[in-house]
Amino acid sequence: MEKRMVTGILVFSLLAVFFFFSIFQLHPFGEPGQVQMDDYIITHTQNETGTNNGVTSVVFDYRGFDTLGEATILFSAVAGVLLIFRRVRH
Amino acid sequence: MTKIVRTTANILFPFTLIFGLYVIAHGHLTPGGGFQGGAIVASGCALLLVAYGSPWMFNCIKDTRLATFESLGAIGFITIAFLGLVFSAVFFGNFLTGSGSLFGTTPATGSTLSDFNTGGVLPLMNFAVGVKVIAGLFVIVLVMAYASSSKEWD
Repeated sequence: MEKRMVTGILVFSLLAVFFFFSIFQLHPFGEPGQVQMDDYIITHTQNETGTNNGVTSVVFDYRGFDTLGEATILFSAVAGVLLIFRRVRH
Repeated sequence: MTKIVRTTANILFPFTLIFGLYVIAHGHLTPGGGFQGGAIVASGCALLLVAYGSPWMFNCIKDTRLATFESLGAIGFITIAFLGLVFSAVFFGNFLTGSGSLFGTTPATGSTLSDFNTGGVLPLMNFAVGVKVIAGLFVIVLVMAYASSSKEWD
């Protein structure tokens, strides 16, 4: 038990030091590094998809496969819940 | 629940419904969309469920019917995606935008007044996903409430 505790404390402090020093390597807030994709979507979303809401155009048009996966997750969740909580018809 | 809770739920339910349907219908113009508006409508239905109890709710609508609606929403969503493959040669292609027909107007570039008749297939997809999320979330809440309330559940 003692040995496990010492190992745990060692690993924890190592990780803490690692994360603490990685804070200073973070990118500054509000200054994204790669802005080509953002600029393209902001400039072209009204011409290409005809929407004023850029977020919806990304979700349903540019990244449609993501939404398909999301819908699949919801579908399988509903199927699982209905399978578990299925009631016997009286 | 008591009469106070039921009266409050009666008053709040229509407004929740209208707000959720507004968020779904204006998904291509204002923040929100099918998922968010569907969650709002489903929580309004869950309010009625809490106020009146799950046996009463089962008399109003069956869980199998809700599951059917959920599947219909998913089928509509995938159908629109495959229509994009047929008409614009790209899966999830936006074949209605700029065509001048339904939802086919292209808005002026820049910050302009929103026109409802824009967006191509995005409003249709929002509608399909909205139906799917309403039925899906509500049937989850409904069957769980019924299972936890009934004593002879097997």
